[in-house]
Amino acid sequence: MIASKRSSLVLFVHLSVLLLVILWTIPTAGLLISSLRDKDQLAVSGWWTALSTSSQNLTVRAPGPEAQQQRDGKFVISGNVLDNPGAKVSAFGFRTQEPAAFEPGQTATLSDGERLTVQEDGAFEIVSDVAMEGSRGQRIFVQAAVPSRFTFDNYREVLNAEGIGASFINSLTVAIPSTIIPILVAAFAAYALAWMPFPGRTILIAVVVGLLVVPLQMSLIPLLKLYNGVGAFLGLPAKTYVGIWLAHMGFGLPLAIYLLRNYMAGLPREIMESARVDGASDFDIFVKIILPLSFPALASFAIFQFLWTWNDLLIAMVFLGTGNNELVLTGRLVNLLGSRGGNWEILTASAFITIIIPLIVFFSLQRYLVRGLLAGSVKGG
Amino acid sequence: MQQLLMAVITMVAGVLACAAYFYGTNLILDLIFPSKGRSGAKASRNLRISNAIRPWLFLFPALFAMTIYLIYPVFESVWLSFHDRTGQTFVGGANYVWMFNDGEFRQSIFNNFLWLLVVPALATFFGLIIAALTDRIWWGNIAKTLIFMPMAISFVGASVIWKFIYDYRAAGTEQIGLLNAVVTAFGFEPQAWMTIPLWNNFFLMAILVWIQTGFAMVILSAALRGIPEETVEAAVIDGANGFQIFFKIMIPQIWGTIAVVWTTITILVLKVFDIVLAMTNGQWQTQVLANLMFDWMFRGGGDFGRGAAIAVVIMLLVVPIMVWNIRNAAKEMKGH
Repeated sequence: MIASKRSSLVLFVHLSVLLLVILWTIPTAGLLISSLRDKDQLAVSGWWTALSTSSQNLTVRAPGPEAQQQRDGKFVISGNVLDNPGAKVSAFGFRTQEPAAFEPGQTATLSDGERLTVQEDGAFEIVSDVAMEGSRGQRIFVQAAVPSRFTFDNYREVLNAEGIGASFINSLTVAIPSTIIPILVAAFAAYALAWMPFPGRTILIAVVVGLLVVPLQMSLIPLLKLYNGVGAFLGLPAKTYVGIWLAHMGFGLPLAIYLLRNYMAGLPREIMESARVDGASDFDIFVKIILPLSFPALASFAIFQFLWTWNDLLIAMVFLGTGNNELVLTGRLVNLLGSRGGNWEILTASAFITIIIPLIVFFSLQRYLVRGLLAGSVKGG
Repeated sequence: MQQLLMAVITMVAGVLACAAYFYGTNLILDLIFPSKGRSGAKASRNLRISNAIRPWLFLFPALFAMTIYLIYPVFESVWLSFHDRTGQTFVGGANYVWMFNDGEFRQSIFNNFLWLLVVPALATFFGLIIAALTDRIWWGNIAKTLIFMPMAISFVGASVIWKFIYDYRAAGTEQIGLLNAVVTAFGFEPQAWMTIPLWNNFFLMAILVWIQTGFAMVILSAALRGIPEETVEAAVIDGANGFQIFFKIMIPQIWGTIAVVWTTITILVLKVFDIVLAMTNGQWQTQVLANLMFDWMFRGGGDFGRGAAIAVVIMLLVVPIMVWNIRNAAKEMKGH
């Protein structure tokens, strides 16, 4: 009795977690699947039907009378209405009002006496007893069952035509220096705050904790003015990569110092004291002992900063231009949302390219990310 | 490619410059105040002086950058908020008076409070539930990784993902948006979700909850594991059931962590910008403060006075949490 109650509870736990996991992964899965679908299919059916055959209505115009050939005393125009080899015709017609009046293999008699036959594989023949005239070909309406088709075409298109490829490089250009440069600056400051006694240390730590939550919005306008001023003074453009690298460094420093200080303060005091007894200076201790020992904390911060700079939209919109060699992925994606709002094949493929690098970083370095989160938040509580 | 090379070169140059600065200033300090090879009083005096200066050499680059990028702008923004659009003429409280009479601003404040009420609560709630449930099953870590994953996705990327889910096609045609497909499968009319006032705010909030639940889950999961087992065992012996153990034994012991998670998400919510910009750009009554501020920063050539005034409001909303954080950190340091 108790055992059955417990096992039903365990089952309930399994099922609820499964439900939550599905809820949380379905949005991303939908994006990924859609980005790989044929764009005509993507536009007319939901991604959850991606594996089933979809029905499409096509309108094809047969070649004009100049293509007719004489065969057994009759005049024939032939061709294929389908360009997709796996597709099958399920019905056809020649009038807008009745686009699916005939089954494949049947022969429809057109208004001028010509006879139209469309086979299941899409092959059609228009047969006439007299030479056909006129300038335009006959319109044929086809209802076709098209098997699901997966392709990298969407990716090929966005990487080249939509400028996602260029933006990918731009995002890397922003993120790499913005991630690496602050680390050393922050590490020295964190060491001073953790292990060097000096008046005002407590106040400085409090300032860093306070700066952790200062909204970026406060900095935007003053810095924009400052950048414009400096740019005008030096005769340089105000929006440059150097400007955004420095901005990312400035905004990332409080978290970097906070994380690293917490970590360094937890290192055993004995190591440093014995080194000091041996005559090592603070500089030596930092470079030879603290820095190597702090690697996990440095890695945590680097991952945070990389994700943050790669995913950032606001700072890039304010401090970086919108030219083809400056627009970052997030900015490009926002532009595409405006200009290509209905073209889901472009949006889904572009979005997936923008999130693939963070996802790789996330899955390969998750351990450090979790450690950093814990160090950054739980300590405050 | 060429620019990527430039980025890598800059990175190396930047790191080398930092290293050169730290190494060089230390060397100079040791040359000016040598303590090795000097006798008695002179050596200890030099050592004292150099020990007093050295921390500031270590701190200087970080303090300098933080001052320029974070501290100075706070004062400058406050100053600008009392000036006109160009920042030249003093206008007193005119920007603030305009703000509180502006319908769009009041809409933003209202929406921001909605966000503040809903997002931290839901993200913390789901995070706590998932943390508690996944601790009991063998594939818990896989489940956690998958729920944590949206954390790595940018707000803009997440917006595209969810815009696809909310996609709307006219009734009668096949829906390719998941939400409308579900709704029509149950026999209801499809809706253009983004354009329904008030409710559309909640559809936007769902995106941030989706992203932030993983964060709450990771932190709370660690906190749950940190609970001393004796307390749970004692409760089991006393005959408490699962729910009682969870709500009466475990939750009270992790209140501090729940508060930290809650406030961290609250601060994020106050700054929410990308999602609104990408999804609606404030149309259909979904405007929020951060997007409004960005809008005024460039609207009509840029109104720095009004933009700064809105930024100051965001800052004021953050201040209580900032004070609370600083007090906690101070308490923590005394404990060390």
